[in-house]
Amino acid sequence: MSTTSPTLSNATHSSNSNPGGSSMNSSVNRSFFDNPKQVLESLHGITSDDFDLLAQETGKVGLSRPSLSYWKDAWRRLKKNRQAIFSLYIVVGLVLFTLVGPSIWTTPPSLQTLGRVSEAPSLSIKTVRVLAELPAWQPTLAEGVPARPTAPVPAQDLKAPSQLKLMTEASTLAVRLSWDAVPGATGYRVYRGNYAPMQGSLGLPIATLDGGNIVSIQDTFNLVPGSQHYGVVALRDDEESPNFASLEVILPEAMSLPEALKIDPKAQAGQSLEMPLRPLGSDYLGRDLLARLMSGARVSLFIGFVAPFLSILIGILVGGISGYFGGKTDAWIMRFTDFVLALPFLLFMILFKVAFGAGPGEDGIGPMLLAMVALSWTGPARLTRGQVLQLRESEFVQASRLLGAKPMYLIIRHLLPNTLGVILVSLTFAIPSAIFTEAFLSFIGMGVVPPTPSWGSMCNDGIQTFLTHPHEFIFPALLISITVLAFNLLGDGLRDALDPKMRSVS
Amino acid sequence: MFSYIGKRLTAGLVTVFFIASVTFAAMHIVPGDPLMGNKAMSPEIRANLEHKYGLDRPVAEQYVRYLANMAQGDFGISFTQKNRTVNDIIVSHFPISAILGILAVAFAALGGILYGSLAALGRGKWSDRTIMFLVILGVSVPSFVFAALGQLSLTLINKKAGFEVLPVGGWGTLSHMILPALVLGLGTMAFLTRLMRSALLEIVHQDYIRTAKAKGLPPVRIFFSHQLRNAILPVITYLGPAIATITTGGFVVESVFAIPGLGRYFVQAIQQLDYTVIMGLTVFYGAFLVFMVITVDIVYGLVDPRISVTKGKS
Repeated sequence: MSTTSPTLSNATHSSNSNPGGSSMNSSVNRSFFDNPKQVLESLHGITSDDFDLLAQETGKVGLSRPSLSYWKDAWRRLKKNRQAIFSLYIVVGLVLFTLVGPSIWTTPPSLQTLGRVSEAPSLSIKTVRVLAELPAWQPTLAEGVPARPTAPVPAQDLKAPSQLKLMTEASTLAVRLSWDAVPGATGYRVYRGNYAPMQGSLGLPIATLDGGNIVSIQDTFNLVPGSQHYGVVALRDDEESPNFASLEVILPEAMSLPEALKIDPKAQAGQSLEMPLRPLGSDYLGRDLLARLMSGARVSLFIGFVAPFLSILIGILVGGISGYFGGKTDAWIMRFTDFVLALPFLLFMILFKVAFGAGPGEDGIGPMLLAMVALSWTGPARLTRGQVLQLRESEFVQASRLLGAKPMYLIIRHLLPNTLGVILVSLTFAIPSAIFTEAFLSFIGMGVVPPTPSWGSMCNDGIQTFLTHPHEFIFPALLISITVLAFNLLGDGLRDALDPKMRSVS
Repeated sequence: MFSYIGKRLTAGLVTVFFIASVTFAAMHIVPGDPLMGNKAMSPEIRANLEHKYGLDRPVAEQYVRYLANMAQGDFGISFTQKNRTVNDIIVSHFPISAILGILAVAFAALGGILYGSLAALGRGKWSDRTIMFLVILGVSVPSFVFAALGQLSLTLINKKAGFEVLPVGGWGTLSHMILPALVLGLGTMAFLTRLMRSALLEIVHQDYIRTAKAKGLPPVRIFFSHQLRNAILPVITYLGPAIATITTGGFVVESVFAIPGLGRYFVQAIQQLDYTVIMGLTVFYGAFLVFMVITVDIVYGLVDPRISVTKGKS
């Protein structure tokens, strides 16, 4: 109301001065209408020449600089903010990473390579031997030897198994060993270790064979490339003989033919195959982390952009109607908004997400988006309403209305463009919080449905193996943090640029 | 004053009623029901069970019964945990979440005020820059990342020390609570630091500060009795919403640190579609938050004599 008071006082002032002015003029007026020229000449020395048009003057008055529109000015201010511009580059980079990335890095995000589970990030190309698939494992039994010897020998007297040898080519896929039966043994125990076995420390026990005639074993447990030592001892009723046989086996990294065909359709057994690069390593199911990050970025950024955009659209609509029409409409809409605002966000986010349901085979993005929009339109609605209420009474809008502008014209031409700055700022702050929410929900397993990757669900997968394979957690967590950081800084910059009044004290 | 409190409480009750209704509606849109997931059951058994839980009645009747029971403080019996009432779950597990939340809020408020003051006092210096950088980091890094990193560093510290300096997970003693509370409060602390700093910086140019300086008060006195007292108000206002974000944000921290709080039960109940537990916990949380905000508003009126809660609030 303080803005209207100067015009009010002006009006009273001029009305006061009018009576005196008119009485002075009245004596002049009569003779002026009789002979205007003469009166003017006699009074002010004005001649008729003075009424001729002057030659147009140029270059005297003009704009010394090109005029700056609001948006140009904001852009100029934003450009000065180094942090904000840097963040803008990061955001653009992220969008490129998501949209262009998959067409450059074409490894499919869902391709599992069983031999490459939880592989650490590496830039060196690995070659792997391709081996034909072995026939199904069937333990060989020594002929003519009973499972339970008729005359068992005491454990100390049991000999070391002889003829310990590989049955097939050893590789990280499987190691198959066989040996000759030890007379009088009731069973065997097989050890594996990284060092040459010694009496008393044979390594990790990998199998106990219950039967003196079972003289072979297949080992597939957690095989890593390199040298391994196998030790076999004979048993007498679970008591070990001091004599053991040992064999050093060099394991090459290998891949079975059917797995290799998934990577290279021309692969053949016996050949060595160059493995596709895994620059960021692979996850617990042997999927390429970089490809998954890209595809997860699509989910995270999609929700991060679309949810705030939709809720702001609804918010503008509701807030605009509420603010423009005012009165009862406004009161009811605002009461409803207050209720929605009172709902505990994360709780209802989960509840709605479940209520909107994801059927089998769906990725769960739709319900999450819907839930997020249903809960977060209130902020923008209140913001828009406040702005519209303020602008509706401002002079330029009243002037426009006085000149006969229709409501739609007023809203589109005056109200919306002037709220846009504030709304844009709230959008940039809504994006990181939407990304955050998605990450939280996916992290507690309430977000996207598993085969679909998102940064949050990748963090959830990664944290299980955080202590042994930290890269599976660190990369998605880093991406979430960088994205949110960039949007926060950009939001700060935009707020300073678009709304100098709200400028944060710094 | 009392009429104001009465009005706020009534509005709060209406809000809780609204929350209860929305929850009920949401639960009845959900495809499937808690009896579906179990082993195959004959139609007779199913009908019996539905009768036991009142699922065979019309929705309107279920709704009225649900509201009536809730008004008497009875949230019903869990579907999946045999013979366990929702009230029992709340009584035995809410205190854990509450203690964790209170610790986290206390930590966030104290840290926020301290760091905000330090940043404002050393404005433009390296201390300010460092704190503000950490603040941006604190706002941008999700709490589960802090939780994971906290656990990792604690594991390393314990290993180096040779004994357990602080436990990595679980619940029981105060030492179990420290790390989860720190992690839970970190985001809020970052926000409060920023709030505190900008409030202090705005106050620096006020007339009464200049007056205080002019009459020769020592800077320490000016800071504590003029600047701090005034700048702390926005921090108090934010505490209400902070409690909201912290109790719901507790889901994640509770799951990472294996804390048997209410958040874990909520997530578990959602996964099992345990109607009564979901509805009970949602309404309980909702009511808790609504009344927390009201309490903070009233306290705010008491703290700041300039604000009269009875007038001028629109």
